[in-house]
Amino acid sequence: MRRDYDVAVIGGGLLGSAIAWGLGRLDARVCVLDEGDIARRASRANFALVWVQGKGLGFPAYADWTVEGAGRWPELAEALRYQTGLDLCYERPGGFHMALSEREMEARAAVASRMAAQGAAAGIELLGRDELRRLMPQIGPDVVGASYCPMDGHVNSLRTFRAFHEGMRGLGVDYRAEAPVEAIEARPGGGFELRTPAGEMGAARVVLAAGNANERLARQVGLHAPMLPTRGQIIVTERTGRFLDHLVMTIRQTDEGSIMIGDSKEEVLEDAETTLRVGAVIADRARRIFPALARLNVVRTWSGIRVMTRDGFPIYDESTSHPGAFVACCHSGVTLAAQHAFVLAPMILAGRLDARAAPFSARRFADAPATLAA
Amino acid sequence: MFRRAMADPRPEVGITIDGAAVRAREGDTVAAALLASGRDVRRRTAVSGAARLPFCMMGVCFDCLVSIDGVGNRQGCLIAVREGMRVEVQRGARQVGR
Amino acid sequence: MSPPHESYDVVVVGAGPAGIAAATVAAEGGARTLLLDENPGPGGQVWRAIDSTPLRDEALLGADYWAGRREVERLRASPAEVIHRATVWSLDRHLEIAVSVGGGSAVLQARRVILATGAMERPFPIPGWTLPGVMTAGAAQGLLKGSGLVPDVPTVLAGQGPLLWLLAAQILRAGGRIERILETTPRLTAAALRHAPGFVLSPYFRKGLALMREVRGSVPVVRVTALEALGADRLEAVRYEAGGRHEEFAAGLLLLHQGVVPEVNLAMAAGVRHGWDEAQLCWRPETDADGQTSVPGIAIAGDGAGIGGAGAATLAGRIAGHAALTALGRDTDAAALAAARRGLRRALRGRAFLDRLYRPPDRFRIPAGDTIVCRCEEVRARDVLRAVEIGAAGPNQAKAYLRAGMGPCQGRLCGLTVTELIARARGRTPQQIGHYRLRPPVKPITLEELANLPADDEARAAVVR
Repeated sequence: MRRDYDVAVIGGGLLGSAIAWGLGRLDARVCVLDEGDIARRASRANFALVWVQGKGLGFPAYADWTVEGAGRWPELAEALRYQTGLDLCYERPGGFHMALSEREMEARAAVASRMAAQGAAAGIELLGRDELRRLMPQIGPDVVGASYCPMDGHVNSLRTFRAFHEGMRGLGVDYRAEAPVEAIEARPGGGFELRTPAGEMGAARVVLAAGNANERLARQVGLHAPMLPTRGQIIVTERTGRFLDHLVMTIRQTDEGSIMIGDSKEEVLEDAETTLRVGAVIADRARRIFPALARLNVVRTWSGIRVMTRDGFPIYDESTSHPGAFVACCHSGVTLAAQHAFVLAPMILAGRLDARAAPFSARRFADAPATLAA
Repeated sequence: MFRRAMADPRPEVGITIDGAAVRAREGDTVAAALLASGRDVRRRTAVSGAARLPFCMMGVCFDCLVSIDGVGNRQGCLIAVREGMRVEVQRGARQVGR
Repeated sequence: MSPPHESYDVVVVGAGPAGIAAATVAAEGGARTLLLDENPGPGGQVWRAIDSTPLRDEALLGADYWAGRREVERLRASPAEVIHRATVWSLDRHLEIAVSVGGGSAVLQARRVILATGAMERPFPIPGWTLPGVMTAGAAQGLLKGSGLVPDVPTVLAGQGPLLWLLAAQILRAGGRIERILETTPRLTAAALRHAPGFVLSPYFRKGLALMREVRGSVPVVRVTALEALGADRLEAVRYEAGGRHEEFAAGLLLLHQGVVPEVNLAMAAGVRHGWDEAQLCWRPETDADGQTSVPGIAIAGDGAGIGGAGAATLAGRIAGHAALTALGRDTDAAALAAARRGLRRALRGRAFLDRLYRPPDRFRIPAGDTIVCRCEEVRARDVLRAVEIGAAGPNQAKAYLRAGMGPCQGRLCGLTVTELIARARGRTPQQIGHYRLRPPVKPITLEELANLPADDEARAAVVR
């Protein structure tokens, strides 16, 4: 059976799901075309931070977009809880970025002052070792200090993923697994034909939310999505009693009790492999930050491929050669989930990205084509 | 739940279970010593607090998790008893540092 | 004791029948050989505690058990290095092995790896199977062999397969009690009988009949079509359906068994290609006649490569040992190898009949409703079915939704069930649905052990700070 949709969203990760769920709430007829069970799915591998600190350095509009997105998380969590009954465990305890040497502390100070200089809404404080110890007596002797931002939070990101998928189903969004889009063709007279192994689909609008695969898809509809993915590794321990009330950029305790420890930035793009050497460095830094973690059992490790644009900042754009084709790329599918559901989705349904999205056009790249509208 | 089938020729080993002295045998695993002790050694899961006892006794199921000499979440079915070993039944999640 | 060297010609993982044989042959042939095993002593599950069991009366555990002594003696006489309480938690395609011994981990380089990680009991997900007092039959057998323990509460055995009858006989010989055996095997089918001629020629045939006779003489056996463990905080009764009637039987111990399946976690994490074995209803690594897998240099011998039993495992271990020697450019005893190959063919005769006869019925493999599927994360069958409804195409998406398979057992006790549940719900084969993607550590290790592993500048540069 062939169906026509108002919007086809390509990609069912956190970004695509948030947009599709947002569209579904506006009564649009939406389908989500996704890969199968084994996929490079950053949404299953992420660290679950709603992180503000240092975001948008050199790109004030991104800093503001992030602050606004973090601020709307309670609203998103409540809407999904109301609809699905799932508690996403959003919390905003404030986040620390630890320094294990004077040099690392200087780097923190530089970020803080540059963010302040660009007038960022999210203030970053610098804490010396003694001050930090009063807040977190668990820190080890190697910790020199930390930067701190009270706006940083975290969430249960896997439950968020599930809640979006539950929510989509409740809203009548057609989610199709094992339907990766192979080709997008413009229909004469408007709209798109999407070819997948599961058959062809028609839609008036199409949103590329396929992570790093956006680069390939964007070219087919006059869009531009230059990506520069990196690999990250994460270690997770068994569940333990409450240990951390605060959040560290590389260490957090989940609502279930596990301690998650991340993350690396590697240029290798094989996501099925973790490397012992990188794991060793991650584990060593974690035990220097919190020595009490040393004897916890590690139950899983994994690696994921980050969705990262060439300059690290989001891309939201629409095509002039293919009206109705949009692209959304960003690294922070968790932090920005509310923006995607509540702000971006209505723009897409309206058929036009507005001024809030304009700063994120891929026109900022030197090699951008002339077919970008935003 | 279990008893020793016959006069056991192996030397005795003294351990404590939740502070109580228990005689085990050399070669017993901790999980076997717990099941032979006649005591209530049900642990409680970290997920829901449900009661559990060892299930597979061959290292795969992790239902024999137990605290040994102050270190939590050890696989009792893979560790042999030693004289003076302190075994504690875990009730809920392990605490960091223990 | 950590391994004395950093590199070996051959590293064998698991000291059951296959691993003992493989390590013995490799070491006797002059390869520097290391055998790593998780248990306190050699023997694996079949010959568990063969050095230390208090049950010295040989009639009690039987001749097949004591046959292991000869194999262990031959291993000890060989130059193989053997380390017990050594948990291999990582193996990669470069044949780099990480092993945890005595709270510390070491990294070893092997030229050949032979995995002999054997089998585990097939999950038996009936309602109430997580209650205290419900255990596997293998668990009770381990307690018997290792510590001479027998049940002293009202005990029910339920399930099917040769091990169930062997255990019953052993418990009875040791003076333990068994009130009832609940047999879940469907009546003999024509499909099974087609393979019967092979079975009659197999060594299992006579032994199997004798065991059943021995047990039936003193324990009532009931054929059941449904099974449930009842109780609040511990097992209080077993409910079953027999001949269309429901009955309840008070019990303090329920021992479950419906066959064994390969323990695949280490091999899968190493990237070895597996396929669904529809006859044995489990994942099975693709191996050639020497046990060589899809990953060059990694072989699998014994039940870990498909269930064949202890006799077959010993022979497969020898063959893998010879193959490793050949791959290392060493001479091997061609006559011994040929004898092992002939023996293996003989030992596997009748296996097809056993697989058909003891094929566990769907209702005992694919649960419904509130029955727990993932024991670690306490995920239920209906949760998995809901995951399929909202879009899970396979176990990895279901895992992300539900945390099924994320606990310390790393999917060992739920993997097959989740795959089969999803396959049935989606009208696909288990092969199409696939398994959890597994990664090291395949057994938990401490953060400290990981932190103490060697790192390099490249790794240090890769970590965010």
